[in-house]
Amino acid sequence: MSQVDAMTGPGGDGQRAGGQGAPLLELRGVEGGYGPVQVLHGIDLTVHEGNVVVILGANGAGKTTTLRAISGMIKVRGELTFAGQSLVGKSPQAIARLGIAHVPQGRGTFTELTVEENLRLGATARRDNGVEADLERWYEAFPRLKDRRKQAAGSMSGGEQQMLALARAMMSRPRLLLLDEPSLGLAPLVTRELFDRLGELNREEGLTVLVVEQNANLALAIGHWGYVLEAGRIAVQNSAALLQDDEAVRQAYLGF
Amino acid sequence: MDLFIAQFLNGVSSGVVFGSVALALVLIYRSTGILNFAQGEMALFATYMTWQFTDWGIGVVGAIALSMAFAFVAGAVIERVLIRPVEGAHNPLNVVIVTLGMFLAINALALIIFGTTERKVPYVFPTDSWDVLGTNVAKETVGMAAVLAAECVFLWALLQKTKIGLRLRAVASNPESSRLVGINTGAMLMLGWGLAAAIGALAGSLFAAGETAFAGSSMQIILVYAFAAAALGGFDSLVGAVVGGLVVGVANALTIQYVDLLDGIELAMPLGLILAVLLVRPTGLFGKRHVERV
Repeated sequence: MSQVDAMTGPGGDGQRAGGQGAPLLELRGVEGGYGPVQVLHGIDLTVHEGNVVVILGANGAGKTTTLRAISGMIKVRGELTFAGQSLVGKSPQAIARLGIAHVPQGRGTFTELTVEENLRLGATARRDNGVEADLERWYEAFPRLKDRRKQAAGSMSGGEQQMLALARAMMSRPRLLLLDEPSLGLAPLVTRELFDRLGELNREEGLTVLVVEQNANLALAIGHWGYVLEAGRIAVQNSAALLQDDEAVRQAYLGF
Repeated sequence: MDLFIAQFLNGVSSGVVFGSVALALVLIYRSTGILNFAQGEMALFATYMTWQFTDWGIGVVGAIALSMAFAFVAGAVIERVLIRPVEGAHNPLNVVIVTLGMFLAINALALIIFGTTERKVPYVFPTDSWDVLGTNVAKETVGMAAVLAAECVFLWALLQKTKIGLRLRAVASNPESSRLVGINTGAMLMLGWGLAAAIGALAGSLFAAGETAFAGSSMQIILVYAFAAAALGGFDSLVGAVVGGLVVGVANALTIQYVDLLDGIELAMPLGLILAVLLVRPTGLFGKRHVERV
């Protein structure tokens, strides 16, 4: 454990080293949980503008809870700032308005509503007139969604629903995208396609992403920086490239 | 044959009331996933308000409008003050129990405030009939049907064609996801309850206006029929609620006229009908089968 700590620490190299942009999201000593059960025991985490940051860790380590803390779904203590504003005590609604899109575990599909209605709901927090144009834009990017625009979203396959979730999040023109286990229940090929799209969005649109993922290899491949959570604390952090190559970290935390 | 048509129209006229209350039930079911057992008593209280306004000298149409506005606000407040605090609890049955408590409380409150004297809401529609090919068609039946049709069009347009309507449906479909995309889910729930209460107020007032008098127990049997109508229609379908209401109303009227065996227990007929429909189509006549791929 201490050996692992000694090998890591900030300051990686390579083009995916991360940290070049300004800090967009910062967590300092964030604690929180559900009722009397505390899950997060002081999380320190930074997401720089334009980066893909990956959160790894075993089940129950607090990955999902960390995302829920950021989007205001649970009460938190500590410092939690986004673009210079504190998010502590803000409602999910207010946080969505600031430009944080959160795709929860299970994709958060509005199953009874049509694909197009799902996409329009993604734009709820926006106040501009570009919604129609964006709709066409994401239909172009995801032609499958256009084919099924009038269909109930719940009738689509898991992969299509994950694409819908991604497009729905993009409809909000997010400054930060939170993704919770996007690969859950998807076939390997579909997962690969999803991460390819995510990588594209990051490179071409400058989309900033904080993604929780069990499939460490795929996520780190498009990531800049990675954190490993253990029992509600950050156990290890390093550039994605170094984390991926770190035999000790892989064996201790990632299990591959 | 004349008798049949007359009874059929009778059934339509009570079916319109059942359908209206069923609409209110469906609206709350769709936005919060619970059955509001107090819907009938909320409508009763609003009907007393309508009577009170007319007693103060306001015209009956204006009185109903005021009563609907009052009911809208009261419905929203009930959601915020009585329903939401228990909704966070683990067991969804808690909310149902609260609505049962409200059923008793609102009824008692109405009796304390308005007394046990029977009241009369003035007629809204003319009491005479048109002669249509030799059959008497009461103007009231036509008027009530027109109001119900207008309600349906209004609700359909609101839910399907407006941003607010989309958000109402989103909250019903996935509350957590709704919060994450930035919908004020609390406001939507209050809106759903307010709308349902206003529709109930309209139904109760129009029903009372067509009767010679109403009293504290008037809405209870109507609620049972409305539940039957909503179940028949599939609980999540507005069209289903209306069709269900009409079917239950007509079936009821024809049973009273033609089935001597069920004299005094006519309620058995619509309930048997529902049982039959639900056995063949568990989602009701218009309910969406819940299909979900994972």
